[in-house]
Amino acid sequence: MNRELKRVSVVIFAMFATLFISSSAIQAIYADTLNQDQRNVRSAYDNYKTQRGALLVDGQPIAQSVKSDDVYKYLRKYKTSPMYSAATGFSSVYQGQTGLESALQSYLAGQNSSQFFEQISAVLSGVPAQGASVELTINPKAQKAAWDALGNKKGAVVAIDPMTGNILAWVSKPGFNANDLASHSGEASTEAYNTLLKANGNPLLRKTDNELYAPGSVFKLLVAAAALETGEWQPDSTLSNPPKFKLPATNTYIQNSGEGKCGGAATATIATALRLSCNIPFAQLGIAIGEDTIASQAEKFGFGKTVKTPLVSVASVYPRGMDEAQLGLSSFGQFDVRVTPLQIAMMSAAIANKGTLMKPNLIETVLSSNLATLNKPEPSVYSEPISEATAGKLTEMMVGAVANGVSGNAAIKGVTVAGKTGTAQNGADQPYTLWFTGFAPAENPQVAVAVVVADGGGMGQNGRGNSLAAPVARAVMKAVLGK
Amino acid sequence: MSNATSPVGGPVGGPVGSPVGGAGGNPAAANATSTVNIARIVRVVPRNRNIEAILLLFAIGLNAFELAQIQLAIIEKLTPEFFFYWLPLSFIAVVFHMILRQRASEADSLILPIAVAINGLGLSMIYRLDLHTIANGGADLFGYKQIAWTAVAMAASAAVVIFVPNHLFLRRYTFIAMFVGVGLLLLPSLPFLGKNINGAQLWIALGDFTFQPGEIAKIALTVFFAGYLVNRQDSLASVGRKVFGVQLPRGRELGPILAIWAASLLVLVLQRDLGTSLLYFGLFIVMIYVATGRSIYVVVGLGMAVTGALVASRVMDYVTGRFDSWLNPFKPENYDAVGGSYQLAQGLFGMAHGGILGTGLGGGLPHLVPLAESDFIIAAIGEELGLAGLFALLVLYLLMVSRGIRIGFNHSDDFSRLLAVGLSFVIALQLFIVFGGVTRVVPLTGLTTPLLAAGGSSLLANWVIIGLLLRISNTVKTGPKVIGAVGR
Repeated sequence: MNRELKRVSVVIFAMFATLFISSSAIQAIYADTLNQDQRNVRSAYDNYKTQRGALLVDGQPIAQSVKSDDVYKYLRKYKTSPMYSAATGFSSVYQGQTGLESALQSYLAGQNSSQFFEQISAVLSGVPAQGASVELTINPKAQKAAWDALGNKKGAVVAIDPMTGNILAWVSKPGFNANDLASHSGEASTEAYNTLLKANGNPLLRKTDNELYAPGSVFKLLVAAAALETGEWQPDSTLSNPPKFKLPATNTYIQNSGEGKCGGAATATIATALRLSCNIPFAQLGIAIGEDTIASQAEKFGFGKTVKTPLVSVASVYPRGMDEAQLGLSSFGQFDVRVTPLQIAMMSAAIANKGTLMKPNLIETVLSSNLATLNKPEPSVYSEPISEATAGKLTEMMVGAVANGVSGNAAIKGVTVAGKTGTAQNGADQPYTLWFTGFAPAENPQVAVAVVVADGGGMGQNGRGNSLAAPVARAVMKAVLGK
Repeated sequence: MSNATSPVGGPVGGPVGSPVGGAGGNPAAANATSTVNIARIVRVVPRNRNIEAILLLFAIGLNAFELAQIQLAIIEKLTPEFFFYWLPLSFIAVVFHMILRQRASEADSLILPIAVAINGLGLSMIYRLDLHTIANGGADLFGYKQIAWTAVAMAASAAVVIFVPNHLFLRRYTFIAMFVGVGLLLLPSLPFLGKNINGAQLWIALGDFTFQPGEIAKIALTVFFAGYLVNRQDSLASVGRKVFGVQLPRGRELGPILAIWAASLLVLVLQRDLGTSLLYFGLFIVMIYVATGRSIYVVVGLGMAVTGALVASRVMDYVTGRFDSWLNPFKPENYDAVGGSYQLAQGLFGMAHGGILGTGLGGGLPHLVPLAESDFIIAAIGEELGLAGLFALLVLYLLMVSRGIRIGFNHSDDFSRLLAVGLSFVIALQLFIVFGGVTRVVPLTGLTTPLLAAGGSSLLANWVIIGLLLRISNTVKTGPKVIGAVGR
């Protein structure tokens, strides 16, 4: 009987060995695959087990987790949504995370490597670690001013402190109410998401840095900067200013915009052309200095690269391999030049900061649950796109554009404002894209701003950058300066 | 004098006296002199019981640790309810140990602590799931019932030790055991008594009280198989015609295996439970093999089992579904189907979530798997205690089963050997079918994890098995035996 018993023992061992192997396969070998299956909701639940850190603006929460009586334990609440929706994004059980909720996930969820000791103490005490809170650089007054001033128009506002790169306003319209998506009801959350997907103006798209627009005349700042940087051109260098200009090797004529002949003289200086936003002199200037010069200047301002604020932008585009006609068109911001409002704000900020572009940044401090500082990003230089001299000359020209040029609606009483408007065409029957970018006060800049109003601000081809975008910028600058 | 330690000689067929020496944690045995043996016999409390006491304290302490961790993790404070769950098991375990000291002092020292540890872990996990249910306003609790059944089952187990002073008397009731076993097995098929739960007709219901008689039937049937096979050992082992070099058993000796096969199929058809059916058939095959040493029974038996399962998987809708869910649990059609693979897939998700070290007791989401307290308690433990916890649990079961098989090796009496092997194997096979079902080794069935899962009948049956194993092990004499006449 013992021989049989030995064999039975072997069978029993084999049975147990099979179970050792099968459980190892599930819990070690294939665990990652199984955890990634979207029907496995446990990782989503894990996110909600810890009290997620808050996003703060001036000490006040714009996103915070409050106790709830369901399985998720905490509900994400957005007090000031949709005003801050472009910054916060959303954190939803059902739709995942976007915006800062996604970019700061490891801090907010308490899983960042800087929170290691809290994680250890959480394991030992059995009490889950709390997420870190993140204070943003946003100035609530500037944010509100931008939000209110933009009104019902689609578009975006980005305001930056030129000296530090800190982002002061970050508005995208239309926004969305993140509370609808954070709902713990799967049905409500999904319905809200689907509604937003179909909504007019694509509210879920962050227009501050994830949408590309034709820059129109605000791009003239970059062409002027490139020209001045060559050393061969000065603000008072003259260019011919005919009423009509035939683009080289085409039968296409271009004109100066609605303001007629642009000073009326046969020639125009760069300063005049910028002040009055003349297209014909800038087309010639662009052709004269060449695509490579402009491209390298654009690159120094950040074109062609994504920017992490820590939100990740899309890269602005300066087209390459253009013929002279295309180069002429692109030199006043038409053809295939495409920019984000963030990029334009960075350009103004660099001019304002004497030619030094600071890295744009949304994070003031990261605070652990016991208020220890986990991270405090120091201002850092992004690039040195232009010399201090060039910056000074550009500032002077931009001051002229606001003081007695076509960008007058940005003027603030008692403050020297530097600025430039833009009105970009998008095709024969398409509404214009309206721009303003600038900074104030010119002699000691505290805020650089870029405003884009999309879809012609609801006025088709009748709106202008000065009429619709400049007043928004003015409101934001006033809010920052406390005027 | 050591020869005389065999109170009942192997009556038929098998080797006379068990030849294996040096067993039972007695390293001195090999070189023992008769003086030492006299001393051992005279000693009132053997070392066994002291080892058991220490291990038992460890098992009880472990249970306290589990319960405390659960309370702290889920309700964030210790409440008197801790004692409600901890004291009954601990108290009865200590009393059980005292009874063994008095009535079966030579019994195996590992079986009781292991059973207490497994039962305690199951109780903790069920309580943990209850706390989650309570927190969410649910009323479907299992902990109270489980603690009550644990008390009843352990009392029954102790009663077996006390009132069955010699298990050999069971042999006299071989055929009564058969009738009881078959009767219990078929009881749920009776229309007025049977109750269908989750698609399987395995329960009987008297008012609110439900019971799974199949669990008890496995003891009765093991007793019957052991008794029957010991009586027929010779005739079953005798040689029939030789076909293609294989010696077939005589035709009439195939009768029993056919009868059991038919009964298993009947269970499958009437009660819609593949697990129970496989359990009894597997048990019988192993016991007939051990009794006769004829591998032909294993070959024929496996062939019949596979044929039966394959035919059933084609013919019976519910078995077809089970097979398809088993092979493709993540296929959307199966996952979304009513009674499809949702539960299996969620169990796998839960185990993966636990990973190697687990989420910690109270830290996971085991409630996401339907029936986490019973059929899927393995997935719940895998999630919260991780692969490490499941390995530890498997090692506990393996140790327990191996202690039972050891009795089979060491006992001098064939009936005792067969009974011990049968009872141990039935635990191993049941664990394999359940654990394997949850981890996709075999199709999912409705059996319960022995001693661990919520369910009174299962607890009662398995604790009675523990009692019987303890009782049988007490009659294994650990002194030196006659060397020679080794096996067949």
